[in-house]
Amino acid sequence: MVRVAVGVKRVIDYAVKIRVKPDGSGVVKDSVKHSMNPFCEIAVEEAVRLKEKKIAKEIVAFTIGPKQSAETLRTALAMGCDRGVHVNVDQAQLDALTPLQISKMAAKIAETEAADLLLMGKLAIDGDYGQTAAMTAAILDWPQATNLYSLQHNGDSATVEREIDGGLETNEIKTPAVLSVDLRINQPRYATLPNIMKAKKKKVKAVKPADLGVDVAPTLNVIKVAEPPVRAAGEIVEDVDTLISKLKDAGRI
Amino acid sequence: MLRNVFKVATKAAVPARRLAGIPIDDALFGLTDDQIELRTMCRNFFEAELEPHADEADRTDVFKDFRKFWLQCGEMGLHGITSPEEYGGTDMGYFAHTLVMEEMSRISGGIALSYGAHSNLCINQIVRNGNAAQKDKYLPKLISGEHIGALAMSETGSGSDVMSMKIRADKKGDHWILNGTKMWITNGPTADTMIIYARTDQDCKPAHGITAFIVDGNAEGFHCAQRLDKLGMRGSPTGELVFENVAVHEDNILGGIGQGAYVLMSGLNLERLVLSGGPVGLMQAACDVAIPYAHERKQFGKPIGEFQLVQGKIADMYTTLSASRSYLYQVARAADNGHFNNADCAGIILYTAEKATQVCLDAIQILGGNGYINDYPTGRFLRDAKLYEIGAGTSEVRRLIIGRHFNDMYR
Repeated sequence: MVRVAVGVKRVIDYAVKIRVKPDGSGVVKDSVKHSMNPFCEIAVEEAVRLKEKKIAKEIVAFTIGPKQSAETLRTALAMGCDRGVHVNVDQAQLDALTPLQISKMAAKIAETEAADLLLMGKLAIDGDYGQTAAMTAAILDWPQATNLYSLQHNGDSATVEREIDGGLETNEIKTPAVLSVDLRINQPRYATLPNIMKAKKKKVKAVKPADLGVDVAPTLNVIKVAEPPVRAAGEIVEDVDTLISKLKDAGRI
Repeated sequence: MLRNVFKVATKAAVPARRLAGIPIDDALFGLTDDQIELRTMCRNFFEAELEPHADEADRTDVFKDFRKFWLQCGEMGLHGITSPEEYGGTDMGYFAHTLVMEEMSRISGGIALSYGAHSNLCINQIVRNGNAAQKDKYLPKLISGEHIGALAMSETGSGSDVMSMKIRADKKGDHWILNGTKMWITNGPTADTMIIYARTDQDCKPAHGITAFIVDGNAEGFHCAQRLDKLGMRGSPTGELVFENVAVHEDNILGGIGQGAYVLMSGLNLERLVLSGGPVGLMQAACDVAIPYAHERKQFGKPIGEFQLVQGKIADMYTTLSASRSYLYQVARAADNGHFNNADCAGIILYTAEKATQVCLDAIQILGGNGYINDYPTGRFLRDAKLYEIGAGTSEVRRLIIGRHFNDMYR
């Protein structure tokens, strides 16, 4: 049986209407509802199902974030993970971290926790990068399968499917591996009250980025954050010739 | 595909995007991390599983997936929230129960009322007054949500004057034979387990002759004569119950013969406390709808929420809600420490219920013409809120209780 590590991130709740701070330095986060990244929920669900199928013997959930991220970790524990690792960074540091820095931490955690499988969501809905899973695999020098629609673990390999334009693409990949999940692979369970209470007794290890050998000094400087421009109204033209001349005038062709 | 074979509560396929509502400052009200987590859990669960059905349940007076939702709530650990773990409960106390009631009412006042009747009036009464055998027999299925619970004290001729109830229980061997009727009983039409108050002694003072019985919904001679067509709380089944020579074994007496008044009265305090989550949740719902609306609806070139009279109304709604919430949480917190009294338990539901009606009226007013159309839920909030001035003791009775509480100090 394998040990699964699954990464979870605390993000602004998907239903919240995002507002840009008046000074353009970022988005408003104070007093705004936060939850577990929806794709992380799906990753946790997939990990818990591996345990229910008796493929996984233990699931370690990990998160990188401020003290409020402890709630996100507790939700993962309440959904069925066995123990947690919390890498402490404050909110400002977290906002400045890039997928490369996160991937280095995730790779180190996979090593120190002796994971055989590393699961993540395909992307986090705040940064929208979609890079972490692939980068982590490269750092670990492990095979990777991203945007999964289905996962079937076969001992030292896994059969995976992902959605492509023409349908579903099936691949075989050796394990240990890094896997990232997409929307339709499963429907996550609720953390029920009895499980939330049981989760309180589960162990969470506190870790600093320095312990993982990762420097959290910012490598990217955010100059400005702004709302996307309001979409301009379209224009209806009478015939194809007018269309072509208008496009030429606008420098489009 | 194998995807949904699991027997766990799973989420709806695509969670609907909706207005996020007005945030609640849990830190201001002194909620612990656990309590904040509980509110979040409830909000997410009810938004996904109850909200899609709320309007239809009100319109048609039927919640088609009631039993399925009941089982989901059971899995979530919500029914047995004040019950011991050995029966499947989560034993989290009255504050937690009130919070769940608040968040459910925020989505559907009617279904939350059924939940309150089931989890507090029925389940909690058995927890507090039942013997080991009764708890073993009835609690597990009520807590899992497989069974629906109800409690019946009122009769057509005995509302505020509940001790004048006429239903009689006559001893015959090791059974008691019940004859009579009950009225306005929440979950009456669908209940599997009911707590029925009946008169076992016809000759003594009225209040001393009452006994509480646990009766099965499929008992011979019992039926629900009619499902009442209500102004609000629609979707919560309310009924007139008829007992014709219903035989109940003496083992099903709850709390002892002639102890009915005590069982009833002591339960009422906690019932009023937990149910007060209802009006507070409805006031929150009113704000959730009306305040964002006031910022989207533009007249004379700007959002109506920026006109002073509307700002004033929003301010009044918000401060009333906050004051109500503050009083409620205090009484609930004290109850968990074993500290509660008649005056504050009556007081909290007296205050919050009357305020809820007014705040819901304000929400309709802010929506203007749209508040008058049933496409918007503000009408339902008002119709649901009004019940709380009547059920669990009318506002008038609550005032008497508080007045007498002070009279007693000077005797």
